[in-house]
Amino acid sequence: MRAVFVQASVAAAVAAIAYFFVHNSLENLERLNVKTGFQFLARPAGFGITQHLIPYDEDSSYGRAFLVALLNTLLVSAISVVLATIIGFTVGLARLSRNWLVAKLATAYVETIRNVPLLLHLFFWYFAVLRPLPGPRQSVVFGGVAFLNNRGLYLPAPILEPGFAAIPIALLVAGLATGALVWWSRRTRLRTGRHHSVIWYAIVLLIGLPFVADVLAGFPIGWDIPRLAGFNFQGGVVVIHEFVALTVGLSIYSAAYVAEIVRAGVLAVPKGQVEAARSLGLRPGQVNRLVVVPQALRVIVPPLTSQYLNLTKNSSLAAAIAYPEIMLVFAGTVLNQTGQPFEVMTITMAVYLGLSLIISLVMNWYNRRITLKERTS
Amino acid sequence: MTSRWIVAAGFACAVLPGLAAAATLDDVKARGALHCGTAPNIPGYAFTDDKGDRRGFDIDLCKAMAAAIFGDANKFKLTPVGPRDAFAALQTAAVDILTHRFTWTYNRDAGSGLNFTRVMFYDGQGFMVRKSLNVKSVNELNGASICVGQGTTTELNIADYFRSHSMKYTIVTFADLDEARRAYDEGRCDSWSNDRGSLAARGLGLKNRDDHVILPETISKEPIAPMVRQGDSQWEDIARWTFDALIAAEELGITSANVDELKAKSENPEIKRLLGVTDDLGQKNGLPASWAYDAIKQVGNYGEIFERHLGPKTRLGMSRGQNALWTNGGMMMAPPFR
Repeated sequence: MRAVFVQASVAAAVAAIAYFFVHNSLENLERLNVKTGFQFLARPAGFGITQHLIPYDEDSSYGRAFLVALLNTLLVSAISVVLATIIGFTVGLARLSRNWLVAKLATAYVETIRNVPLLLHLFFWYFAVLRPLPGPRQSVVFGGVAFLNNRGLYLPAPILEPGFAAIPIALLVAGLATGALVWWSRRTRLRTGRHHSVIWYAIVLLIGLPFVADVLAGFPIGWDIPRLAGFNFQGGVVVIHEFVALTVGLSIYSAAYVAEIVRAGVLAVPKGQVEAARSLGLRPGQVNRLVVVPQALRVIVPPLTSQYLNLTKNSSLAAAIAYPEIMLVFAGTVLNQTGQPFEVMTITMAVYLGLSLIISLVMNWYNRRITLKERTS
Repeated sequence: MTSRWIVAAGFACAVLPGLAAAATLDDVKARGALHCGTAPNIPGYAFTDDKGDRRGFDIDLCKAMAAAIFGDANKFKLTPVGPRDAFAALQTAAVDILTHRFTWTYNRDAGSGLNFTRVMFYDGQGFMVRKSLNVKSVNELNGASICVGQGTTTELNIADYFRSHSMKYTIVTFADLDEARRAYDEGRCDSWSNDRGSLAARGLGLKNRDDHVILPETISKEPIAPMVRQGDSQWEDIARWTFDALIAAEELGITSANVDELKAKSENPEIKRLLGVTDDLGQKNGLPASWAYDAIKQVGNYGEIFERHLGPKTRLGMSRGQNALWTNGGMMMAPPFR
């Protein structure tokens, strides 16, 4: 009873303090003649953004500019998380390799990369990418359809004609069929102990079915090939250097930390486990896959979560190299143009908080799934 | 415990609003120093020189204010603030005045709790391109990519201009103005756009300034004005009239060199009023009678400040243009001192 009372009073005190701060700010804003409110989100933004995943132009609203920036943040974070994980696992395991050269190279990677500030990484990659590339007129051409210059990488863009839906449908069917095959193969193995490899069937299905659909539908996808017009290329899709530099910089930097987390996780698995697995006659690959990694993951996942959170928040450094993410577009241009710092910064903080909570949620769910389940029977 | 909390909270509620509402001039006098917010680093306007001193046009405006208030142009403290934090710094009284590079616009004035004092520099947005492009006009930039630094109305001006001329463009926006210049220098963009004053100042950082040219068009009007908090009209008057006094001094031919002589001998009634010989204009604003004299003597008139930091003899090499006195075909005019 007493504990409940203490908890309730603490909660009430926290709420009172929060109320005091909010109330005080609002009162002061009023006194300083600062107009507050979120109506500005519906007004036209009027400025351009280099990379937008959804349609956007100068007539779009500040709200839409916010969405564009949010999607850009999500895009770069998601790709960098995947790349950082792949590079990090590779380097982490390489550092444990019995091959002297591989182990030392991995050590050198970790020690060099993580001891240089991320902002310098970003500047390095940005200007390292930019400097050697030629101007638009001297572009490096790939097969006459893709062009690389100091403005970006210009690729052909698909133009969807009627009937193109057949291809994603075929792909979906192929995916489902592959899933069924894998499920059947595993069930047979568990029941009879016999192993049926399904990989070749899967490849044939996943490539063949969409191709057949493409032919049957009369090749419904055309290509919009970029062409030089005036100063720059027009048409196609462009991968901007800001995006490449940011993705590469973030991935390589975060991978150094992931590598150490992976190494710690693997080293945390008792040696006896490996020896026991070997003595049962498992092959080295199986020892890793079935014994070491599942146990290492329990140690790896919680710090890996923090690393993913860091990476997402670090993406805000992109403002320095002109990648149009939330800090640059929303907490920058929009804030400047509207003169509504309190609202804009509140939304921006809510975005990073929200992203972090979602990542935490997913990772915690995954962590619970892989925790060691002690079986009593 | 609880009662102490209530007392503390009550104290905070009662005192905090009172503190901020006090007259800015009293705060500044009590503190013994004027707090100015300036741009962190822009040659000519606010930068750190080889000896580590902060110098520039914007900083001289701050010095003039300090001289008018204290009779000593060194009683000031500079807070370098980027565009993102500048308004908040002024709103929260971290600085008393922004002698910054902010364009006077409706949205920044209305509803922001801040006021612009008076235009001290008429600027406008221009474009720099490589000479090798053989471009003679902004209207030939259809389809060009343009590097800009954020923090002003730059992006909006470009969008408006290109769309009203039915031209395409790609804008590459950097948070930092110098990174925009660097990316342009490395070939990321065909053109680099900013206020002409900034192009002249920051252009000094290009690898080879002579390979570049500023196009003739000015696509926007950028009246740059120091800012104060709204709601303290005495403070706003002090700032505006101090700046007016610098311009009036140039109109009347008063310089830092001849101000003593004119104070002693001049028969011009306006000079006598301005310098506090026959009238005490300062006391109406809570300042000493010698406020204008101190500012002119210690910092110089508007023309002197311009020539010292931006004029033809400096590295920026800007001409007075629109910033000349109204009597010389420019737009600088001070209201009469009477």
